[in-house]
Amino acid sequence: MKCPPFDYHAPRSQAEALALLARHGEEGKILAGGQSLVPTMAFRLARPARLIDINRIAGLDYCRAEGGRLRIGPLARHARFERPVAPGPTGRLLARAAEHIAHAPIRTRGTFCGSLAHADPASEWCCIALALGADLRVLREGGERLVPAAGWFQSVFTTALAPDELLAEASLPLLGPDWRCGFAEFNRRAGDFALAMAVTALRLDAAGHVAEARIALGGVAGTPILAEAAAASLLGASPTPDSLRAAAAIAAEGFEPTEDAQVPADYRRDLVRAMTRRALEGSLAA
Amino acid sequence: MNWTGRRLPRTEDPALLRGEGAFTADLAAGARAVRFLRSPFAAGRILSIAAPDLPPGALLVTGADLEGVGAIRPELFRFNYRAIAQPVLPRERVHFVGQPIAAVVAATPEEAEDIAEAVLLDIEPEEAVVTIEDALRPGAPTLHAEAPGNVVVDGTIRHPDCEAAFARADRIVEFSLRSGRQNATPLEARAGLAAHDRATGRIRLTASCQMPHMLRTGIAALLGMAEADLQVVAPDVGGGFGQKMALFPEYPLLVWLARRHRGSFCWIEDRNENLIASAHSRDQIHHLRAAFAADGTLLGLEADILANTGAFSCYPTTCGVEPLMALAEYPGPYRLPTYSARARALATHTCPAAPYRGVSRPVVTFGLERLMDRAAAALGLDPVALRRRNLVTEFPHVTPTGLTLDQASYVEALDRAVEAADIPAFRARQEAARREGRYLGLGLAVFNERTGYGTPAFAARGMGIVPGYEVVDIAMTPAGEVEVRIGASPHGQGLRTALAQLAADRLGLDPSRIRVIHGDTDRTPYGWGSFASRGAVIAGGATQLAADKLAARLRRAAARLLQAEPDSVTLRDGAAWAGEASIPLTEIARRVHQRSEQLSDLGGFNLAETASYDPGGTFSNACHVAEVEVDAETGHVRILRFLVVEDAGRLLNPLIADGQVHGGVAQGIANALLEEVLYAPDGNPLTGSLADYLPPSAAEIPHIEIIHMETESPETLTGAKGLGEGGAIGAPAAIANAISDALSPFGVDIAELPATPARIRALIRNAR
Amino acid sequence: MSKMPIRLTVNGVPHEVAVEPRRSLADTLRDECGLTGTHLGCEHGVCGACTVLLEGEPVRACLLFGVQADGRAVRTVEGLAAADGTLDPLQRAFWENHGLQCGFCTPGFLMLATWMLEQPEPVDEARLRHVLSSNLCRCTGYQNILKSVRAAAQALGKWTEVAPVR
Ligand SMILES: Cc1cc2nc3c(=O)[nH]c(=O)nc-3n(C[C@H](O)[C@H](O)[C@H](O)COP(=O)(O)OP(=O)(O)OC[C@H]3O[C@@H](n4cnc5c(N)ncnc54)[C@H](O)[C@@H]3O)c2cc1C
Ligand code: FES
Ligand code: FES
Repeated sequence: MKCPPFDYHAPRSQAEALALLARHGEEGKILAGGQSLVPTMAFRLARPARLIDINRIAGLDYCRAEGGRLRIGPLARHARFERPVAPGPTGRLLARAAEHIAHAPIRTRGTFCGSLAHADPASEWCCIALALGADLRVLREGGERLVPAAGWFQSVFTTALAPDELLAEASLPLLGPDWRCGFAEFNRRAGDFALAMAVTALRLDAAGHVAEARIALGGVAGTPILAEAAAASLLGASPTPDSLRAAAAIAAEGFEPTEDAQVPADYRRDLVRAMTRRALEGSLAA
Repeated sequence: MNWTGRRLPRTEDPALLRGEGAFTADLAAGARAVRFLRSPFAAGRILSIAAPDLPPGALLVTGADLEGVGAIRPELFRFNYRAIAQPVLPRERVHFVGQPIAAVVAATPEEAEDIAEAVLLDIEPEEAVVTIEDALRPGAPTLHAEAPGNVVVDGTIRHPDCEAAFARADRIVEFSLRSGRQNATPLEARAGLAAHDRATGRIRLTASCQMPHMLRTGIAALLGMAEADLQVVAPDVGGGFGQKMALFPEYPLLVWLARRHRGSFCWIEDRNENLIASAHSRDQIHHLRAAFAADGTLLGLEADILANTGAFSCYPTTCGVEPLMALAEYPGPYRLPTYSARARALATHTCPAAPYRGVSRPVVTFGLERLMDRAAAALGLDPVALRRRNLVTEFPHVTPTGLTLDQASYVEALDRAVEAADIPAFRARQEAARREGRYLGLGLAVFNERTGYGTPAFAARGMGIVPGYEVVDIAMTPAGEVEVRIGASPHGQGLRTALAQLAADRLGLDPSRIRVIHGDTDRTPYGWGSFASRGAVIAGGATQLAADKLAARLRRAAARLLQAEPDSVTLRDGAAWAGEASIPLTEIARRVHQRSEQLSDLGGFNLAETASYDPGGTFSNACHVAEVEVDAETGHVRILRFLVVEDAGRLLNPLIADGQVHGGVAQGIANALLEEVLYAPDGNPLTGSLADYLPPSAAEIPHIEIIHMETESPETLTGAKGLGEGGAIGAPAAIANAISDALSPFGVDIAELPATPARIRALIRNAR
Repeated sequence: MSKMPIRLTVNGVPHEVAVEPRRSLADTLRDECGLTGTHLGCEHGVCGACTVLLEGEPVRACLLFGVQADGRAVRTVEGLAAADGTLDPLQRAFWENHGLQCGFCTPGFLMLATWMLEQPEPVDEARLRHVLSSNLCRCTGYQNILKSVRAAAQALGKWTEVAPVR
C-alpha cells in the first residue's frame, strides 16, 4: 500500500500554484491536508502524476470574520474550528461538528477547503456549507469565480471545480442571534465518516415563529442534500415536538438513499428521521 | 519471597516503550522487497501471467517457477476429512480474491508494488461459491475434486437415546443462529524476512508468527530442504490471536527466494492484504434443538453446525478446527444427558479460515446462552434459575462427548456475577427507562473454556500433526543467571515475565536474574507455540518441572560445599542454605563450571536440565454480564456496564491475567457489534480497509470490571488454567442476550452477530 | 523515480536524507533515518500506530510525505526516554499499569498522549477517551492504556475530575 510515483511541487505563492495548475491541472492535484488524497493514493485509486503541495504558501491558513461572513482560507485546518472561531451560531455550529471529523491527528492536517474540494458525501463541512449557503471562491490563472454551495456538489467526490482551479476561499454567513443551529450524526465507531447526519438552522422571529428554515442531510446520497420540504413544513409557526417530528418524517421520505452492503436504504431513512429530529430538538434546547 | 501471583510489571516492556522493539519489518534493512500479486477473481482459470519489462534486479516468480515445491496439504484422519491441497503459487486455478498468484521482487516496496500492478494477468473468471448456502446448493461448482459437494469435514456424534429425550420433553426449543465472518486483525500484519547466510548456506526466516518450530518443519518439507538448514525466528510479534499460527504460502516462497537467489527477501503484508487474504474465521450457522422438562431440566440437545472455512485447509490444524471444536464442546458447562450433532466444514471461494481467539466457542456460547434465555422465556422460568439447575456441580464430570470437566466454579461464578450485577436494581432501572421510551437490557453468559490441553486432545481429533506438549531447557550460566529456553512462542501475553516468576520461586532467585528465551528454532527446544490458551499451563508446567530439576542439582552441589544433607538445603534469596550456613548460587555456578574437579561427580560439568509437560487439559470458567442501552431509533447499542467473573485457577501474574481478559472482552464486543468481513455475491471482498472492517476504538469499549475466583486445577502442575480466549468467548453471548432483553417489548431475538445497528433496526421494524 | 534531498530534525537530531517524493514520512523515518519505533498498522490513516509529532502537533506519519517534513522538527517515540534509557513519566505509567501487550500500537499511543498532556488544558475522562479513540489497539481492550495515561496525567498535575470549560 505505497503511493504511486508522482512529481512533487511545493509552490511558495498562490500565483505559482495557479501557474502550476494551469500547466499540469489535468494530471496534477492539489495537496492540502492530504488526509483524503493520500489514503486514496495508498489504495492506488488515485494516481496523479503531480502533486502541488500548497502547504508552504504563507498566509492561506486564515479564518476571519469580515463583512458578515466567515472567510476560510485553503490552509485553515479542521482543528482550528474545535473552539468557536467567531461568536454566534455559526462558530458554535462549526465547533459542534468539528469534533466529529476524524481524530485529533487528522484534524491537525485536514483542511476545511480540502473537504469541500474532495466532496465526500459524508463530510460535515460539506453538509454545513450547503445548509448555511457557503460561497466558494475559485481561482485559476487569470480568472476568478464565485460558486454558491448549491451549485458546487455534483456527485460523489465531484464538484464544480475544474482541474486547473484552486478553491481559494470558502465563506459562510455569520448568522445572527435569532438563528438556532442544530447538528446530529450517526456513526458506528468514533471518528468514522457518518452513516447519516443532519444540519439544521432555524431563524425565529420575535413571536418565536420559524421565519427561515434550512435542513441539510449528509452521508445519505451522492452529495449533501437539502431537505426543503421538511424545512418548509416548519415555517410560520412555533416549533413543537410534534412539528419537529413531522419535519423529520418528511426529511426521511424526501430523498433517494444510497445503499450498500452495510446500510440498506430503509435504514438510511430511519437514520435521517432520527438525526433530523435530534438536530432540530438540540438546536432549540440550547 | 513469593514471586508467583504478584502483579509484577513485565520485563518485555521497557524496550517496547522506547520504540526499541524489533518487529520483523524493523529488521528489513538491506533486504529486497517482495510484493505478492493476488487474484482479483474469486474463481477462475489462469490463462497467462505476463511480466512487464522488468527493471534490472527485479524478478517475477510464478507457479511455473516452483518446480518440485510441494503443496500445503494438512491431514486429519477422522470425521470424513478430505485432504485438499493449496499450492504455494497456483498454476491452473485461483480460488479466492487475494490468493497469491505471483511474487514480484524489487529494490523497494514501492517499486515492487508498481511492477506487480503492471503484470498482465489473464484469468478467465468462473462461477464463485461464496456463502454456506452457495456451497450446499445442489449443482454448485465444486472447489476441490477431493471434496464432493464442497464438504471437507463431516463429523457426527449420535446418542441413541437422544430421540427418546425429545419424545419425553415438555418443551422443545429450536432456532438457528449465525455468526459473521471475522478477521483477527493483529495490529501488526504478517511479515517475513528470509535471509541466506553465505558462510553456512543456511536460511534464516524471521517471521511474525506464533509457531516458529512448526513453520520450520512445514516449510522444509514443502521445499524438500534439510530442516537443519532452516532457522525460523519469531522476533517481537505484534499480536496474533491465532491468525499467525498457520503455514501460509508467502513464507515458503520467501525461503525459496532466499535459497534460489542467495540473498535477503522481505515481505511486509499491508492492511488490505491482511484483511482479504491472511485468514478469516467464524462464519458459521448453527441450528439447535433442545429438549427441556417443565422444571427447566435440559434433557437433550441436537446441533447442526455449518462452518464456511474458505478455499483451503489451514496447516497444521486443518479447517476442521472450527466445526469440530463446536461438535466436541457444545455441551459447555451444562449437564447434558444426551447429545446428537453433525458438524461440517464447507469449502468456498473465500479467504481460508484459521483459528481465531475462541475458535467456535464464541458461537457455541452464543448458541447455548441464547438457548438458556429462550428456554426460560418459553417455560416461564427465571433464566438464572434455569442455568443454575443445569450447570455441572460435581467434578470430575464427563460430558456426552467424552471430555472430563475438572474442578470448577460454574454455579459459584454465576452467583457472584448475579450478586455483583444487582439484577433487582437493574430491573427497576429498566422499568423506569421503558416508561421514558428507553430500552435497557441485561444479559448473562456462563461458559467454560477448555485450556492447556496437550497431545491427547489433539490426537483425539485425528490430526496428522499432533501438537500439544512443550519442552523447556533450563541452564544456569557460570555467572549464575538462569536461561529458560521454551519451545512456546509468546507475542504479547507476557510469558517471559510470568515464567520468570515461576522459575524464580523454584530457584530462590530474583526474576531479574532469569532470562526466558523463545521464538528462535536455533536456540529453543522443539515446541508448539502460543495458542489455545496454553502458555501459562503448559509452558508454565514445563518450566516448573525444569526449574525443580535444576534446583535439585543446585541443592546437591550446595550440600557438598556446605557439608550438609541435600534434603536439608533450601534455596532462597539467591543462595543455598543449610541451617545458618549458606553459599550464593553464583558461587555454586562458578564452581560447577570452573572447578568441576570438586563437583562433576554429582552430575556433570554444567547446570542444564530439560523437562517436558503434556497435560490432559483443564477447564477454566467465567460468567460475563453485559448491561446495554439500545437506541430503538438508530439500532445503536451502548454498553453501560461489563462485568467478568473469571475463574482461571491460580494466577501467575494478575496484572497480565487482567490484560488478557480485557483484550478478549474487547474482541468479543467487536464480534457482537462491529466487525464483519463481507463479500459481494461474486466473491469480491467489501471490507478491505479499516474504514469498512471495524475494530473498536477506546470510545466503543466500556470499562470492564473483573472479579477473580481461583479454583486451582488439580489437573495442572502450576494450578493455573488458561484464560487467553475466555473474554472473546463470553462477551458476544452476553451482549446478544442483553440486546434481546432490552428489546423484549418488541419480541426481538438476536440470532445473528454482529448485531449491527442496521440489523437491529430491521428487527424492530419487522416486529412492529 | 528521482529522489529529493531533505533535511529534517528528529528528536533534536538533524537528518539529511534523499527520498522519493512518494515515500511517506513514516517510511522516511523508518528506512532513511533508521528510527523503526514508528509503526505502520494500516497505511491509510485509521489505526494511528504511526502517530508522531510534527512541529509539536500529532499527525499520521503514513498520510504525510517525507518531503513535506523538509525543514521541520519531528518527535518520535525514540525521543521520549532519556539518553541513558530512563523512561519518561508517561512511559513509566504504561509500564506500571500494563498499558501494553504486544507493544505494536504503543509508540502511537505514547506520542498521542504526550501531545495531549503537553496542552495547557487539563484532561478529564471524556477528553481522555475522545482523544485516545484516535488510535487502535488490538490487545489491551484499552483499559490499561486509559489507566496509564490517567496515571501519568495525575502525576503531571494534568488531571481533572470535572470537565473543563472549553
Ligand atoms: C481515518 C480518517 C477519518 C476521517 N473521517 C472524516 C470524517 O468523519 N468527516 C470528514 O469530513 N472527513 C473525514 N476524513 C477526511 C478528512 O477530513 C480530510 O481532511 C478531508 O476530507 C480532505 O481535506 P484535506 O485538506 O486533507 O484534503 P486533501 O486530502 O489534501 O485533498 C482532497 C482532494 O481535494 C483536493 N483539494 C484539496 N484542497 C484543495 C483546494 N484548496 N483547491 C482545489 N483542490 C483541493 C485535492 O486535490 C484532492 O483531490 C477522515 C480521514 C481519515 C484518514
Ligand atoms: S499506519 Fe498510519 S494510521 Fe495506521
Ligand atoms: S498492545 Fe498490541 S496492539 Fe496494542
